[in-house]
Amino acid sequence: MISLPLSFFKWCEQGRIGTGIRESTWMFPVIEAIHLIGLGLVAGSVLVVDLRLLGFGLVRQPADQLADEAEPWLIGSVTLMIATGTLLFLSEATKCYYSWPFWVKMTCLFLVLLFTFTVRRYAIRTKWTAGHPALAKVIALISLGLWFGVGWGGRWIGFN
Amino acid sequence: MSLLSFVKWLSTCSWSINLHESQYAYPIVESIHVWTLCVFFGLAVLFDFRLLGWTMRRVPVSEMSRRLLPWTVGGFIVMVISGMLLFSAIPVRTYQNIFFRFKMLLLLLAGINIWIFHSKVYRRVETWDRDAAPPRAAKIAGALSLVLWIAIIVSGRMIAYNWFDCDRQPQPAVINSLTGCVPSATND
Repeated sequence: MISLPLSFFKWCEQGRIGTGIRESTWMFPVIEAIHLIGLGLVAGSVLVVDLRLLGFGLVRQPADQLADEAEPWLIGSVTLMIATGTLLFLSEATKCYYSWPFWVKMTCLFLVLLFTFTVRRYAIRTKWTAGHPALAKVIALISLGLWFGVGWGGRWIGFN
Repeated sequence: MSLLSFVKWLSTCSWSINLHESQYAYPIVESIHVWTLCVFFGLAVLFDFRLLGWTMRRVPVSEMSRRLLPWTVGGFIVMVISGMLLFSAIPVRTYQNIFFRFKMLLLLLAGINIWIFHSKVYRRVETWDRDAAPPRAAKIAGALSLVLWIAIIVSGRMIAYNWFDCDRQPQPAVINSLTGCVPSATND
């Protein structure tokens, strides 16, 4: 992971948006609450597919159909999370720079998005997971594990 | 025994103090609360979306319910247990927190919505099970559930903020009556 120089984080924090959020009483909590709703929506659209790959949940539906249905919700909720997350970041960028859970989170986020929209997507769409249940489970566990890292890191930024 | 004296007693228990002062236990319980929230809320929302006819339109509603409900219920149980632990760590302050009280009220409303849905609308599910867009009553239940759970999460998150806490006086009289604060006395 290339770590950007601290001066970049300071520059982010001193911008108009970051300062505005930091100086307001309500803005940070409200944006954070929307961020949390986004997390729940991401969880739903990820879980319904990963549970299916693990052999739980909507087992009577083909996984590729479920993934097709879930994808627009996944993309929408991830977009909501990135938008609100960027605003939160701008208001406390320097704190994030020194927070190791932040770096864990960003690494996991990068990896999970890459994995979801390449390997996981391709393996489900080509029905490859349907013929290889053991590998389907591995894909689901990698996806869930990385998302866990994203959420855990996010929650832990606040405890530092 | 009034609720206030109960939470005051709770705050003197050693495990309440230990949990409150712990470096790791409290954050871990809170993380579990958020994680199970994701499982519960994520799958509940999916079911609400199905009721609204927004997603999984080819999947029978009863199948969504039968296969996903165990996960939602499981998530909810762990969420309630972890939530009670979080409450017991900071009982008096949480009890007198306006967002906590609002959240409990909304939880009650969400419960009533679920009860009406299951005792009335869902009883005749076989007549609309495969409908891409379920009947109006089911849509209303789905929409209400969505709005209520979003409001519950938002107010839950806001408990962390002390804008209306009893030890931050003066507060408007309406706030003090809603939070049960007596400004002249200390509420610690």
